[in-house]
Amino acid sequence: MRFAQRFFVAVVGNYVFRRVLFFLFVVWLASTVIFIIPRLSGQDPVKEKLLLEAQRGGHLQSGFEDMARTYQKRFGLDRPIWIQYRNFILDLAQFDLGPSIAFFPRTVNDILMDSLVWTIGLLGTVTILSFVIGTLSGALLGWPRAPGYFKYLFGPLLTLSAIPFYLLALLLVFLFAFRFSIFPLFGGYGIGKVPDFSLDFALQVLRHAILPAMSIILASIGFWALGMRGMMVTMQGSDFMVQAEAKGLKAGRIFLRYALRNALLPQTTALALSLGTVLTGAVLVEVVFRYPGLGNTLYQAIRLSDFFIIRGFVFAVIVSLALATLIVDITYPLLDPRVKYRKG
Amino acid sequence: MATTYIEPVVKPGPQNWVERNRLRILPIYRYMRRNPSLVWGIGILLSLLLFVGYGTLFYPHERFRPLSADVRLPPSTTYPFGTDTQGRDIFAVMVRGIPLTLRIGLIAGGIGLVLGTSLGFIAAYYGGWVDAAIRTVVDVGLTIPGLLILILIAVNVKGGLSVDQMGLAVATVAWVHPARTIRSQVLVMREQLYVEIARLSGVSGLGIVFREMMPNLMPYLAASFVGSVGAAILASIGLEALGLGPFDSPTLGMTVYFNIVFSSVVVGMWWWLVPPIAAMAMIFVGLFLIASGLDEWANPRLRKRI
Amino acid sequence: MGQPAIEEAHLTSLTAATAARSSASSEHSLVVEDLRVHYDTPEGVIKAVDGVSLALKPGERLALVGESGSGKSTLAMALMRLTKAPGRIVAGHIYLGGKDITLLEEPEMRQLRLNEIALVPQGAMNSLNPVMRVKHQIIDGILDHVADRKQTPDSHELEERVNRLLARVGLSPEVGRMFPHELSGGMKQRVAMAIAISLSPRVIVADEPTSALDVVVQRQIMQTLGRLQQGLDAAVILIGHDMGLVAQFANRVGVMYAGKLVELGPVQQIFTEPLHPYTKLLIESLPNLEEKKKFIGIPGLPPTLLRLPSGCVFHPRCPSFIKGTCETVAPHYQEVRPERETSCHLYAGVRA
Repeated sequence: MRFAQRFFVAVVGNYVFRRVLFFLFVVWLASTVIFIIPRLSGQDPVKEKLLLEAQRGGHLQSGFEDMARTYQKRFGLDRPIWIQYRNFILDLAQFDLGPSIAFFPRTVNDILMDSLVWTIGLLGTVTILSFVIGTLSGALLGWPRAPGYFKYLFGPLLTLSAIPFYLLALLLVFLFAFRFSIFPLFGGYGIGKVPDFSLDFALQVLRHAILPAMSIILASIGFWALGMRGMMVTMQGSDFMVQAEAKGLKAGRIFLRYALRNALLPQTTALALSLGTVLTGAVLVEVVFRYPGLGNTLYQAIRLSDFFIIRGFVFAVIVSLALATLIVDITYPLLDPRVKYRKG
Repeated sequence: MATTYIEPVVKPGPQNWVERNRLRILPIYRYMRRNPSLVWGIGILLSLLLFVGYGTLFYPHERFRPLSADVRLPPSTTYPFGTDTQGRDIFAVMVRGIPLTLRIGLIAGGIGLVLGTSLGFIAAYYGGWVDAAIRTVVDVGLTIPGLLILILIAVNVKGGLSVDQMGLAVATVAWVHPARTIRSQVLVMREQLYVEIARLSGVSGLGIVFREMMPNLMPYLAASFVGSVGAAILASIGLEALGLGPFDSPTLGMTVYFNIVFSSVVVGMWWWLVPPIAAMAMIFVGLFLIASGLDEWANPRLRKRI
Repeated sequence: MGQPAIEEAHLTSLTAATAARSSASSEHSLVVEDLRVHYDTPEGVIKAVDGVSLALKPGERLALVGESGSGKSTLAMALMRLTKAPGRIVAGHIYLGGKDITLLEEPEMRQLRLNEIALVPQGAMNSLNPVMRVKHQIIDGILDHVADRKQTPDSHELEERVNRLLARVGLSPEVGRMFPHELSGGMKQRVAMAIAISLSPRVIVADEPTSALDVVVQRQIMQTLGRLQQGLDAAVILIGHDMGLVAQFANRVGVMYAGKLVELGPVQQIFTEPLHPYTKLLIESLPNLEEKKKFIGIPGLPPTLLRLPSGCVFHPRCPSFIKGTCETVAPHYQEVRPERETSCHLYAGVRA
């Protein structure tokens, strides 16, 4: 009995365990909220769509009525709410996000997967690039012994950080796609081109990705740089910095191992916290550029009143963000020796 | 005994308002020089408000509605910002839309601040499971981007959201960040000696809150408010750009939405795109500068020396 | 004011200055000559250190005491040329081993730090880099002072050196692999001392090294410091305000007040026969274990360094105040008895 108790305490106190628990809690909470909100308004997305189509006089895809019936059986409002909830959670646990209303018979999973690749490609590269460039710039900005001309970057970076992504996106579209026709206006690749593994396609992808990428990068760099600079300035006054100088260490070593290394800690935390903002910003940028990523899919779904895609999107994004935060949280102790994996 | 009336002697001295109030103005002037961010930020926002004021008073701003004019007209003397694809006078749209967007920001930011501050305060002051509960909710709220929840809400409201409804909706996610900030601050302040002293002198709980802590929280409250307003405006514009906003209202976000839908860039209608972008840029940069300026107030160590 | 020349007495201790110029570099480890460190603030100039002169022989232990704001820490930083804006050394010289370090460029000064003059900081709570292991923090000081690349010791040698240094301060080799937050206050301070002696410096500046520690640990640390210093035959400047520690550790004691050195002399004599009125009050205010007396403090407050009192800076609080002299004329700092230096009108005209 005593061993079991000790084991329990050790595990529960374990940093990793608690973080994983938090992750699961977030996912569960998100699912519940997603479940509740539409129920509050009393609307039934399928019925709504049917009504809509009837109004427009449009046709329904074959099999839609079958789907509607199946849906009713599982989630119809005549079923007890607990059953609905249980079915919903079960589906989510198996990553079944349901059928698409607008693009039936394709499933939500299908549609999201297609666009996921584009978004990850863009976001992944962009986030890493802007974090690295921004952090380094910020570190140099905050370092009094950096070359003098560098200081002039501060003003522009400050302004850039204030501008939300999509604003910059609009501006860039206007300047470089319209006014100066350097870059393509929208899309992920040329119109009429079928995706394949050719070099031509790859180049097209790159060309189309540059403006969306630049919007996000330019807007994010300012934020990272500012934060890092602030951290570095705070570091300057620390006792160990004074001591490092008293030890007669070389400036480069003090910059890298003492100042930067310590300032990186809160910066990484900020990265974890900002993932949500970066993602929503990226979504809107995609909308502006009609970039075939998740954001654009969401946009189309809203226009076509495909609630299932919207719901699936929200859930997928929440899970991804929670997962990313979890990963950053778990790896943080590797950076900061003061945080231990085991409590006490 | 009769008092003798003596004619007052006119002394040479300060001749006008500025000189008379020298002692009062000088510190303000010095502060302005020391804190340019704050001044510039307020300046930018003020100029926006002046624009709106001028437009409201002297311009036929009812022309913001569709079909008020011919479509797709470039800027001219009658229509300084031109018209869009549905016949709206874009200048009028700006005059009407900017205050709407600001209003959403203020409602959401204000409610968010009050709600967030109260919760953050309660969590920090009472501790225990109350704190644990609120802290968990805040942590979750920080992980999940508010825009997603807003999308869900907006999609489910029948007939779309009105301007004020948007304000309320955004408030539901705007309270998270202030809650966190205020909670950390109160936690720090609770340990400070002056609170301890007040408590020992028998000042009531509420008394401590308002007389000791609030004044010290002011910088953080102000900074949080500005941040909340900025974030709220950002969220509302995002929501509108996706097509989930109030369709009849000429808010900045809706204008952006129509720009995207009607591909203003492709057809070369730059005059439709530039004003909302400029207005948004001014709002965000202005708010940001104010926030930086307030930062300096909250953290005296950042103060420059003239 | 009609006596600017005398008010702004720039006269240094003649003895110290002559000694500095006439001695060979081997006679004094450290000579400070009329050092002035000022801070430029919007409210005015703060004269944190205002004309301090002293000389330190090899192997000597000099303690500098004074209230907060007396300028002792500023002086310590200035000795290392670590004065940060808005402070700066406005006048005076500091001779380290005969070399005037106030004239050096930063890269040269960097080489001297740790090598010739080392700092044991106050409260090593935060003086160690939280993300580096102890041994690396000892090693990097050594590495950055290697004369040229070919002489870089290999990792094995470095490891041995670190272990030897740790042993000398009474720490086991395991400590090397630890992070600072895993150590106690006393252990951290020992690490700081290990770093300070790693390159066998000529002078060790210890800026209130034990203020943050409890009494028992304080004694251990001071003993270790003493032992290390003897082993190196280095000179130590101990900055502090704990007279008890000072009494047990120092050879000579200097008393600072409002940026000036008001008295300097051998430790025994300072305690049994203080000359300057301020020193007298300080000694008298020390609680006595033998008798039971009322606590005596020093009436008044230290002056704001923005607007120092005219004449002698201590005159507003001085029980031996001489009206007419003390508030108008600043006293010279000079040797009034063999090895006793002070600046006070009571001893004016008395030359050794």
